[in-house]
This record gives sequence, structure tokens and C-alpha cells, in this order.
Amino acid sequence: MFQAQQKVMTNHYPAWKYLLLIVITVIGLTYAMPNLFGDDPAVQISPAKSVVFNADTQVKVEGLLEKAGLEVKSSVFEGGKFLIRFDNTEDQLKAKSVLKEALGRQAVVALNLAPATPALLQGMGADPMYLGLDLRGGVHFLMDVDMEAAVAKAYLRYIDEVKATLRAEKIRYVSVEVEKDALEVKFKDIPTMQAGLMKLNEVYGNRFTLTKDETTSAPKVILTLSKTTIAETKKYALQQNITTLRNRINELGVAEPVIQQQGDRRIVVQLPGVQDTARAKEILGATATLEFRLVEEKGDPYRAEKTGYAPNGSIIYKFRDGRPILLQRRIIVSGENVINAQSGIDPQQGSAMVNVTLDGAGGRKMLAVTKKNVGNRMAVVYIENRVETVEENGVKVKKRITNKDVINAAVIRGQFANRFQITGLDSPQEAQDLALLLRAGALAAPMEIVEERTVGPSLGQDNINQGFMSVVVGFLLVLVVMAWRYKLFGMVANVALLLNLVIIVAVLSMLQATLTLPGIAGIVLTVGMAVDANVLIFERIREEMKNSSIQTAIYSGYEKAFVTIADANITTLLAAVVLFSFGTGPIKGFAITLSIGIITSMFTAILGTRAIINLIYGNKRVEKISI
Amino acid sequence: MSTETQTTNINFMGQRHIAMAFSILLIIASFAGLWMKGLNFGIDFTGGTLIELSYPTPVDLNKLRTDLTDANYGEAVAQHFGSAKDVLIRIAPREGLNSAQLSNQVMDALHKASDEDITLRRVEFVGPQVGDELTEDGALAVLYALFGILIYVALRFEWRFSVGSVAALIHDVIITIGVFSWTQMQFDLTVLAAILAVIGYSLNDTIVVFDRVRENFRTMRDGSPVEVTNVAVNQMLSRTLMTSITTLIVLLALFFLGGEIIHGFAAALIVGVVVGTFSSTYVASAVALLLGVSKEDLMKAPAAERDREAEEAELQRAFLEAEAKREAKLKKQGKKIEEDEA
Repeated sequence: MFQAQQKVMTNHYPAWKYLLLIVITVIGLTYAMPNLFGDDPAVQISPAKSVVFNADTQVKVEGLLEKAGLEVKSSVFEGGKFLIRFDNTEDQLKAKSVLKEALGRQAVVALNLAPATPALLQGMGADPMYLGLDLRGGVHFLMDVDMEAAVAKAYLRYIDEVKATLRAEKIRYVSVEVEKDALEVKFKDIPTMQAGLMKLNEVYGNRFTLTKDETTSAPKVILTLSKTTIAETKKYALQQNITTLRNRINELGVAEPVIQQQGDRRIVVQLPGVQDTARAKEILGATATLEFRLVEEKGDPYRAEKTGYAPNGSIIYKFRDGRPILLQRRIIVSGENVINAQSGIDPQQGSAMVNVTLDGAGGRKMLAVTKKNVGNRMAVVYIENRVETVEENGVKVKKRITNKDVINAAVIRGQFANRFQITGLDSPQEAQDLALLLRAGALAAPMEIVEERTVGPSLGQDNINQGFMSVVVGFLLVLVVMAWRYKLFGMVANVALLLNLVIIVAVLSMLQATLTLPGIAGIVLTVGMAVDANVLIFERIREEMKNSSIQTAIYSGYEKAFVTIADANITTLLAAVVLFSFGTGPIKGFAITLSIGIITSMFTAILGTRAIINLIYGNKRVEKISI
Repeated sequence: MSTETQTTNINFMGQRHIAMAFSILLIIASFAGLWMKGLNFGIDFTGGTLIELSYPTPVDLNKLRTDLTDANYGEAVAQHFGSAKDVLIRIAPREGLNSAQLSNQVMDALHKASDEDITLRRVEFVGPQVGDELTEDGALAVLYALFGILIYVALRFEWRFSVGSVAALIHDVIITIGVFSWTQMQFDLTVLAAILAVIGYSLNDTIVVFDRVRENFRTMRDGSPVEVTNVAVNQMLSRTLMTSITTLIVLLALFFLGGEIIHGFAAALIVGVVVGTFSSTYVASAVALLLGVSKEDLMKAPAAERDREAEEAELQRAFLEAEAKREAKLKKQGKKIEEDEA
């Protein structure tokens, strides 16, 4: 009896393990499949702000394409957007220009690559992997928001308010100024200062920390923004910048832009497929705002320019061509109050113009000013902020550069509130640019591009081809080596390796993870390392065969190698996790594919090969195995 | 192929002093390289702008450099990239230069200087501040990875093994960086990623050997630590070589076919895998032996070890049980057949 037990060994897997294996293989194949179908050139039309597409739009779009003689492969209206596929890129490009011209500002017309996944697969939620910028071409920007400027700006906003508060209480102040991250209110004497401090504390105590300074000739109250207010200001600045960027990018016509916060002061912008990077940078980089100010008609701007002294209450500005002009110190409204702006043609003069719409507060201020100033001139000041990092005495410092240009000074023809026109612009292009900047709104704080990665479309295709090639060649060579070294067992391992590759692709597709070039490198590396588990097992089986029967050798080969494999893989996972948490973009992609590969290889190399081996050798008397 | 199943009997540990001297020599050479030549850091770490261009015909670099100097980018470094038609231009961060617009300006200048149809393949700009952050994060990543591994191996095995494996990893990292220093290949983010992957790979190798050493300490009742280790290294030799070979095959495919961008990454891994294979055999085990690892230490190694033994016993039991069941089933079937026959 006991002798018999020694001889007849079992290497048998229960049916459920085979079932599990088959189910996972089928799911893997299904979800990996969409990657085989490639892309269709397509045009994506999404509505501009406050525009809704309906059936009429669809008729219009289809009519336009038909008129242009363009053959549409398919047209889908989904989620308020159109996706129109074409057979070739030529038609796609033509369609884009036709549609853009006809739809104008109503819509964002963007080129896109739409996955050509069959409807059946799409219905099951199977989509191809998302290709990273290095594979499909595009631009990646990292923008840094100048938070110091945002806070400084917050102080500026309070100057007028503080003055008004004190005036209302008939407390006389000498000056209200921003000094080194604080607001300083100077008074004539100590009693007025005390009164001022009490009032200011009452009104601003919750937002500011107030201190007094009696040592100077003019006693003063110093208001410093509280920590929570500063944090709020920064958060707001970041949010506003993201919103502004989103609007500006819509103007660029990008199909799938990514605009995300990174850390507490950075914004990542990814624009797949954008080729005109110069224009993208111009639109993103210029942080412009506008101010509407009254022209000071009393002084002589040329004399003021010469002496450097402007009459009281006014500042010297310059037109773009260099002519000086005196503007009143008070700002009527600024870019933040602008809700909408659209370029058009002035029906009376035939010149380009911009229609401006202000918000309620802006409209009220505008009404109050224009009521009293019909016949006077109002100027639009265009302020461009740039932050540059320059080296001064070997130290890197950030320098803020502000350019202020008066782009327009026109006579106020009648009183108006929240709707008015700026006319007399030089060209439709100028009107369009002005409208775009007005519409995109004022940025709360200037931004600087601190990182840029642009990949041209030709390089993207090269990367795909080369990446694919290296995977295929590396993979085939490994298959050959395994088959040579381990014979039938090697073949079984190869099947598992193939399955592993399918599952990795399927998991990446299901997660809709972004596949990058380093990601492909991760897959290639996984292929190399995935065989390690099988190598460990097979070597162990060979060793065990010296001392025991074949079935026992197979059995204990798998069991004993398992602990080693687990230990080894967990440590590699550890390294991958560290990579993921510290890495940025491209490195993250590598870490993701490596981690997925490690986990799936454990499954295929252990369970997968064992199942096949059991099928071949299990449950029977075997004299010799092919290993 | 009967030779393949034969376990080799090379006295690896006998040569461990020679191997160690060799390793120390390599490490000294690496430090010498770092001291004398430094690393050719990519713009990921230094900040600056990188522009990759493609021309329809082979490019004369001297003319290109003159064009760049004429356009006031005299400090720009231009080199061929992959082929004679592709050029890589690197420009260090410079005072008063609006870096975001730089690539456009360079492109304009080159377009003016040449009638050819130049295509822009890639632009990378990294601000100096971001460069500093990436350097810091990178260094931190390597440190954290090493520290995490130290703890894991200490928990799973024993502190002497832990020190041994981390010594092997540091050895691998230093030598890989040393090779980058001597060859002056560009050291960028992808190379850093490769070094972290090397840590993972080399550790994998080391753990496999240690695992066997631990097992042998238990099964080989008599035998000095050196003998036990030697047997383990020999037992794992064919596996170590086989895995290194398959990994190297795919890395070579990546190196030669994966394109220029992935070059540094593949090179770092190739060096790392070769050095890692060597270090897991010599450095890791040798350091553990040097620290006086013994049978008692491993037998003492509390929870993990007991778990392991319990695990084995459980396996054994499950196996026998399955056997018995099958035996019974066979017997039953046999009986049935007998009955039928009867």
C-alpha cells in the first residue's frame, strides 16, 4: 500500500482553477483587443461657453460637410459633442477649416484621433490604451503660479476699501500704502491712530492681524493678512488660473486637454496633438489683464513725460507706438469684471470692434463714471505680466516684468453700464486677440512656464514603431531561449509569457492608464523578469528530480520555488512603489507597467504554467519529462 | 542534456576575497570618475532647453554651430542624435532669456539660415527650480527605496542578510553611476528610473540566493557557513545566469531598437544587470559572511522562520492527504471494476 502511494503521484488541478484561468484569458483577450484596431482621423466639435448644440446644429454640420464634398465615415452626437470620423487626414483637415469658419466662436473645433474600436467591444467598455504625449505628439507644460504676487495683489485690493471705511467714520488718515507684505495706514497723531485702530479692528479683525507702531513720526497701524486668508487667497489664485487656462485652451481647439493642479502652486497642462507650440505658448504664457481708466485731459502728457511728474491723481502711460497719455489713477473696472467679449465688425465704420459685457458690479461702476463723463475719453490699458528667472550675482531670482500699454482711448459717446463696444481697432485679428484676452479674464496671479516637453508628431510615430519593435524582438528572443533551455516546459512558460503580455495590455486598457515610452520599457523589462519565476521553478524541478520521482519533483519544485518567487517579487514591487510615489510623469508610467507586470506574471508563471503542466503530465505515470 | 541538471561545484566563496578586492577597485574607479569627470547631467536636473530637430539631408554640425553663434546662441551644444540627419541642441539656462520662447527663437533662426525643411521633433524645457526639485526627489527616491528594502529584508531574513543585500545594492548603484561618469553618457530622469529598476532587479537576485542559503542552513546539518553559502550559490547558478540572460536579451533589444531616447535607460539597466548578477553572488553573501552570519542566527529568526516551517509541514500534510484521497479513489474504482468483473 505505502509503496503504491510513493509511485503513483498526483499533479492534479481542480476544475475551478482551469475555469478561472479560462475566464481570465477570455477577459484579457477581450480588453486587450481594442488596441489592435488603430485610430480614425476625426474632428471633434464641442460647444463654446453658454452654447448648447441641438438637432439643428447637427443638420447644419452635416450640410456643411456635404457642401464641401467631404465623405464622412461616421458622425456621432454624444454628451453635447460631435465626433465626426473621416477616412483620411486630408478630409479631416479640410473639414476642420470648413467647420471652424462656419461655426466661428460658437464652437471649439478640434482635430482628434478616435479609436476605431468595433461597437460590440465599445459596448462592453473595452477601449484601447491611452497613448502618452511622447507617443502621439503634443505639448506638456508645467506652470508655476506666482503666489507672492497673488498675495501682494490681495493687499492692493484693500487700499480703497480701507480708505472708504476710515472716511465714513470721519477718521483722518495721512496715507494708506502697501509696504513689504503689509498694509500701512499712517495717521497724524496718536489719538486718531487709536480711533483708526479700533475701527479697523472691528471691520478687518477677522481677516487681518493688526499691530500699531507709535515710534515713527506719523504713528501707523499695520495690517497683515492672517494665515488662513493668505491660504485662501493662494487657493483662489490657483483655481482662477486653472479656469482661465481652461478657457484659453478651448480657444486653441484641443481635443483632450489635461489641466490639473500639481502640488499647491503648480498647474500641469497637456495638449495632445498640438503642433503649433509657439501659438500655444503665446496664449498660455501671456498673463494679461485690462483696466479701464478715464483719460486725464487737463495736463500735457508730453510735458509730463519730459519732467517725469504727472499732475496730481494721474499717471503717465504710453500707447503702443510710444505716445504718452495721462490717465486717472482710479481704475473704473478691471479685467476681473469682464464676463464676455466678442469681436465683430462695426456696422457704421466698417472697422473691427469688440463687444464687451461686464458683470453687475462692473456695470454699476461703469454707469456711475460714464454718467458724469460723456464726451471725455476712456482708455483701455493692457497689462502683461511675465515672470522670469534671472541670475543676479550668482543667485537665481525671480523678476516680475510688467508691461503696460494703452491699447485704446476712445470718446465716451453716451452713458452705458454693462454692455458697450470698443471700436476703431486696426484689424479683425487685433479685435479677435483683444476679445480672447478679455474673455479669458484676468489672471489672479502671473504664471511662469517652468517645464515644457514638446514631442512632434513624427517623433511620436517613431517612438511607437521603435517601442513596438523592441518589444517584439526582445519577446521572440526570450521565447527561443526558453524553448531551447527547458524544452516542453519552456514552451509552456512561453504560453504563460504570452498570456502575461495580453493581461498587462488588458489591465492597462481597463485602467485607461496612459502608455508612455518608459511604460513600454517597463513592459519589456517585465517580459525579461517574468520568466524568472519559471526559471526558478524549472531549475528546482530539475534539482528535485535527482532525489525523487518525477511527479514529486514537479510538485515540490513548484511549492518550494513559490516562497522564493514571492519574496523576490515583493521586493521588486517595493522599488516600483517608491518609483511611483517619487517619480514624475514618465517615471510613473514605467512604475505602473512594472508593478502590473510583476503581479500578473506571478499569476501566469505559477498558476498558468502549473495548469498546463498538470494537464500534460498530471494524473499519470511518467517515466521521463521534457525539461 | 544530463550535464545541465548537474549542480556545479565552484568554490565561489573561496574566491570571495579576490572578488571583494575587485569590487572595491571598481567602486574606487567609480568615485574617481565622479571626482574627475562628474556626471553629464541632462536638462532634467540642470535646467535648460533641449531641442531635437530633423533635417531631410545629413547636417553639417559646424555650419549649424556657426548659425547658432550668429543667432547669439554661441553657448548652445549641438550634436547628432541617432543619425546624421537628426540634431540635438542643448542650451543652458541663461540670464535674461525668456526660456519659454527660446525654442521658437532658435527654430526661427535656423529656418532663416537654411533652406531645408526642418521638422521640430522634440522640445524639452526645464526651469532651474524644477531641475533642483527633480534632483532632490531623485536622491530621496533612491534613499527611501534602499531604506524600505533594508527593513523588509531584516524582517524577512536577518539583519546580516539585510546589510549584505543593501551593501550589494549600493555597490551596484555606485558602479552604474561610475560607468555613466566615465562614458559621459547623459544622466537624465529615465536613467534615474533605470537605477531604481536595477535596485529592484539586483535585490531580486540577492533574495533568491539568500533564500537558498537559509534553506541550506536548515537542511545541511553539518557544514560551515561558508560551505553552506557556497552550495547555495552553486545551486542557484544556472537560475541566476538564465534570468540574467533573458533580461539582458530584452534590454539589448531595447538598447538597439528602442530608439535614441530610451538609450540611456537601457544602457543603465544593462550595466546594472551585469553588476547586479555579480554582486548578488559575491558582495551580498560575502558581506553576510563577513558579519558572521551563522546557523543559530537563522534558527533563532523568530516568527518568519516558524511560519515557514509550519507552512512546509502544512504543505506536506496537504500533499499526503491528496495522495491518500486519490489512493482511496483508485482503490474504489479498482473495487468497482472487480465487482463488475465478478
